[in-house]
Amino acid sequence: MGKHIVILGGGTAGTMTANRLCRTYDRDECLVTVVDQDDDHLYQPGLLFVPFGLARPDHLVRSRPRQLDEAVDYKMARIDRVDLDARTVRLAGGIQLSYDVLVVATGARLLPEETEGLTGPGWGEKVFTFYDLPGATGLHDALERFEGGRVVVDIADLPLKCPVAPLEFAFLADWYFRSRGIRDRVELTYATPLDGAFTKPVAAKALGGLLNDKGIELVTEFTLGEVDGEHGRLMSYDEREVAFDLAVVVPLHGGAEYVGRSAGLGDELGFVPVDPHTLQLPGRHEVFAVGDAAGLPASKAGSVAHFEGEVLVHNIGQFLAGQPLDASFDGHANCFVETGFHKALLIDFNYDTEPLPGHFPGPVGLPLLKESHAAHLGKLAFEWLYWHSLLPGRELPGIGSAMSEHGKHHVPH
Amino acid sequence: MPTTTYDNTGVPIDDEGFFTDPARWTEPMAEQIAKEAGIDALTDRHWIVIRFMRDQYAAKGTGPTVRVLGKVSGVSVKELYQLFPKGPAKTAAKIAGIPKPRGCI
Ligand SMILES: Cc1cc2nc3c(=O)[nH]c(=O)nc-3n(C[C@H](O)[C@H](O)[C@H](O)COP(=O)(O)OP(=O)(O)OC[C@H]3O[C@@H](n4cnc5c(N)ncnc54)[C@H](O)[C@@H]3O)c2cc1C
Repeated sequence: MGKHIVILGGGTAGTMTANRLCRTYDRDECLVTVVDQDDDHLYQPGLLFVPFGLARPDHLVRSRPRQLDEAVDYKMARIDRVDLDARTVRLAGGIQLSYDVLVVATGARLLPEETEGLTGPGWGEKVFTFYDLPGATGLHDALERFEGGRVVVDIADLPLKCPVAPLEFAFLADWYFRSRGIRDRVELTYATPLDGAFTKPVAAKALGGLLNDKGIELVTEFTLGEVDGEHGRLMSYDEREVAFDLAVVVPLHGGAEYVGRSAGLGDELGFVPVDPHTLQLPGRHEVFAVGDAAGLPASKAGSVAHFEGEVLVHNIGQFLAGQPLDASFDGHANCFVETGFHKALLIDFNYDTEPLPGHFPGPVGLPLLKESHAAHLGKLAFEWLYWHSLLPGRELPGIGSAMSEHGKHHVPH
Repeated sequence: MPTTTYDNTGVPIDDEGFFTDPARWTEPMAEQIAKEAGIDALTDRHWIVIRFMRDQYAAKGTGPTVRVLGKVSGVSVKELYQLFPKGPAKTAAKIAGIPKPRGCI
């Protein structure tokens, strides 16, 4: 009898994992089931471009099951609960699935209602998020109407997916207002709970320098406590204020709701606390988590899900064969940071090595941590790559799961 | 590695003043560290947070973030900032004698 692998979530991580597994195993060896609640797969990196009129919302969405290998058994339903002892998943509508291996890939959820006032007066009028499609579309209209004033980009608190996206938004906003000829009438502020523009010192300096060059004020250690939309004020827990006419807020993130309802599956925020190297849930050898759903000290990004996938599929094979899990994820992340004016910069890092200058993937390649037009083209090409190479679960030639130090320069802090 | 003296005992700390060896911490040290951090007296509410920090460190190998503290310590984020005005997660970790919380990216 074949084994049943159930993947919860058919977003970036779940789709890539399912397709990789189907390529590795015959259907009679392993049946792969994917569960998701809807049929619309959204290319999330495209959300960054919607507010500026650089991407059309309807172009970012494709049929979810069409991204999955034919051999995958796709179930459209809301996941209600996992029973780890019984090895079953209950779906809304009364369906119950039992599994030999469970992969949690239900991503991160936005929790705007958890911040006082955020969804109160002004929400959708002068307070927005671009982290979902309705928000990004509403913000596009608001930006088009905007003739000047104070714009603040704010990260409520960590963790968040794609930690560079808010920075990219600030850079693009600078470019957008300049190209409309009204930059001198706009005050741009970037507020973050971190003590710099990024978590790690070398990149924090480079990205902080760019904010400075573009005349964007940086407010650090600002953890969002309350939004007063009526009077246009963001308040931090330590009682500082940032005034705005237009606020772009990245809300709190948490894991999927059912994770919290399933005893033993999630941590305090609803993420699954798997081993950072094997991606296996301690004490539950048949349970793994991948992508944003995993509670790891790594970025929540599609590129991370891709690099994790290689390790995950190997380790699932080892588990099914009763062998030790010998593949180890190193925290590898790789992000293009769009900086406006048809430029971007690339960062490449892992658990141990912070983003460093140099070149990628080797000494001859794209510059790291430095703006270039080539990196901007890379960012744009990424969309095609996403649908045609990453989602189908193909490896990228020359870019492996393990981060390479080749081409990187260590610099003193 | 730098060392400092609390309660007449030398303890190793990192550059920012966090304990590197939480086993060397004793409760009498807390008042002294708190004073250095600008907190005059530790109340029962402070102690709930300090004990919670130590328990979480023992269980997970890192101190919790403010959000997690607010969710599970029994003290709301608002009150945490009143108790530890200069950043609850870091200040409470320092007073509780555990390393700087790693936080997430
Ligand atoms: C604005 C923005 C820009 C970004 N830019 C980049 C970038 O440039 N590069 C990059 O690498 N990453 C980027 N990311 C991050 C990237 O999109 C995510 O990290 C990635 O999608 C994570 O994949 P995932 O499968 O873990 O989660 P998701 O892709 O979010 O998928 C989770 C799936 O689970 C389903 N689900 C959740 N709960 C349930 C339930 N109860 N029942 C049924 N189904 C459920 C959801 O419907 C969803 O389809 C960006 C994200 C945003 C928001």
